[in-house]
Amino acid sequence: MVQKRIREEAKRLLENKEVDVIVGFGEGSLPLRATPIFVRKPEEVDRLIWNSFCENNLAAYLHKLDRFKVGLVVKGCDARSVTALALEKRFPNHPVYLIGVPCQRMVDRRKIKRAVKKEILKAVDEGGQIIVSGDGFQTSLKKDDFLYPSCQVCTHRNPDQANVIVAEPVEEKALAEIHPDMEAFERMTPQERWRFFEKEVSRCMRCYACREACPMCYCNECFVDNSRPKWIEKSLDPRDLQFYHIVRAYHQTGRCTACGACERACPMEIKLNYMTQKLNQDVKDLYGFETGVDRETPPPLSTFETEDKQEFIK
Amino acid sequence: MKSKLDKKDFKPFLQGLIDRFDLYAPVKAAEGVSVYQKIARPEEVNFDLLNPQKPLKEVFFPQTEVMFCYQKAGKKNQVTSTEDVNRERVIFGARPCDIEALSMIEEVYCGKEYTDVYFSNKRKATTIIGMACETPLSTCFCTSTGGSPFVRKGSDILFIDLGDTYLVELLTEKGKGFQKNPYFKEADAKDLALAEDLEKKALKKMESSSNPRLPLEGIEKRLDVMVESPIWDRFHEKCIGCNTCTFLCPTCHCFDIADEASGNKGQRVRNWDSCLSSLYSLETSGHNPRPTGRERTRQRIMHKLNYFPKLFGKIACVGCGRCILYCPVNFDIRQTIEEIQNAK
Repeated sequence: MVQKRIREEAKRLLENKEVDVIVGFGEGSLPLRATPIFVRKPEEVDRLIWNSFCENNLAAYLHKLDRFKVGLVVKGCDARSVTALALEKRFPNHPVYLIGVPCQRMVDRRKIKRAVKKEILKAVDEGGQIIVSGDGFQTSLKKDDFLYPSCQVCTHRNPDQANVIVAEPVEEKALAEIHPDMEAFERMTPQERWRFFEKEVSRCMRCYACREACPMCYCNECFVDNSRPKWIEKSLDPRDLQFYHIVRAYHQTGRCTACGACERACPMEIKLNYMTQKLNQDVKDLYGFETGVDRETPPPLSTFETEDKQEFIK
Repeated sequence: MKSKLDKKDFKPFLQGLIDRFDLYAPVKAAEGVSVYQKIARPEEVNFDLLNPQKPLKEVFFPQTEVMFCYQKAGKKNQVTSTEDVNRERVIFGARPCDIEALSMIEEVYCGKEYTDVYFSNKRKATTIIGMACETPLSTCFCTSTGGSPFVRKGSDILFIDLGDTYLVELLTEKGKGFQKNPYFKEADAKDLALAEDLEKKALKKMESSSNPRLPLEGIEKRLDVMVESPIWDRFHEKCIGCNTCTFLCPTCHCFDIADEASGNKGQRVRNWDSCLSSLYSLETSGHNPRPTGRERTRQRIMHKLNYFPKLFGKIACVGCGRCILYCPVNFDIRQTIEEIQNAK
């Protein structure tokens, strides 16, 4: 049903030339995967799909499509990314048309693979159940047991900011109160925290998939690529890996929508979300601010007021 | 020459190797993640994954490699070389696809024109113990690229997992040097028959509908006239421009050299580089001949399927499937190949 509505809306937008391109999800070539697709002709809208494998944050593509009028299929987190980007004045020429899907939470493909152990050749999203099958086996898994941690704690599943919403709103209730990785991190002593961070980032290969998958990472020149001045070396020296990951997380403070795209993108399965989740929590506690929820308030760390206490700002 | 190794002797066998060599094998780095590493204890060897995320090339061509160190002490300039390999090495458990890929990098780094001492010194000092691939994944397509799950080429010794034992084939002179290993026993006809059966099964899987054969024939010629094809406009669209596929590719071998210096001393380092990064082709003037994802994706595909075959007579892909498995957006080179062949 959702899929049908997405296609209808996409068709209407393309036929009326309200948009040049629809960015949505198509059938993936692997089980448990959907893949980003770009639809430019009304007759091709049937390539668009919707299921619990639509894990990417498609807002990341907006930066390279800024010359076009884009219709974007969004979940709650993706819609908030677009709002946050608009606040940072990213799309002055063409506002993005958002086709919003109240999100049914996305499935953690790695968790499923780890549970099933054998190679999965086919996966079907049956709503509450994910049916996976392979050579000589078929298993039905309860979807709620295999959700991405960021989806378990999400309280903004409805893309309220969307131009059109293609299904009934979902109840804004988290399945877990606190992000499991952040909870574990908070319980650690400072020394344990450092050791955990050190171990996680030690297997980073600097492919920058986390950066590229994130809609909020859009600097024309990232500090790691800058050679004058050279802020950071290009090797796998632990100091450089740590430096990159700390700066990446800090640049997200008050800007991250906790979509989890960075962690999902990492081929080395480095845990990244505990850091950004913690920063999000701090910004919420200190400033009462959540990224992308309202269209007016700029992120607290990107703004100042003349009443600010710090003398140096004046 | 065929022997066998009982699995109960596996650990002492590995320990024997560790005592005599620098032993490299797949090691678990985290849940679901493994890499090739030098191991200190037999227990570290881990075969949870068919292939580790990072390929075998890393042992010979590390992602970060110091080429030499330098320092100025008083009026003297001192340069210290890092090219020597001081201890013989053994690789244990590499899959045939990774071993085949290594021979491709060898063509470049130990070829007619150039010799890269860093790569070639390690290669010369290494004995490769391959591990036949009894259960290829559905993302594997080695038989389409000229390989096979049990291919012997490149291995000095090949292990075949028979359940309770490994069948051990000593294939080269280097490999035959291990003949007197105290843990090897003579293989009997039953072992040989079982190994043959496993090989047939693996091949059968590679020929079945789960692993469709890729239409690679003539692709080099086709691409000759496709440099300006509109097809590239579509291919690159979903690529987010990370370096995952190139870093995890067992045949990709580009690097970037940097000086890391502070004060009076420093080191020259080479790091893996990726044609998908904008920095890769950025010139000092500020001009970038590959300004967008379109040119960069095209470079990746053209190098694999057109430029490399022109130079070395085979495509730079061994069908290991890593780029497919680990791409954050499910870019699938199998589809790319089909689309190139089907383009008008």
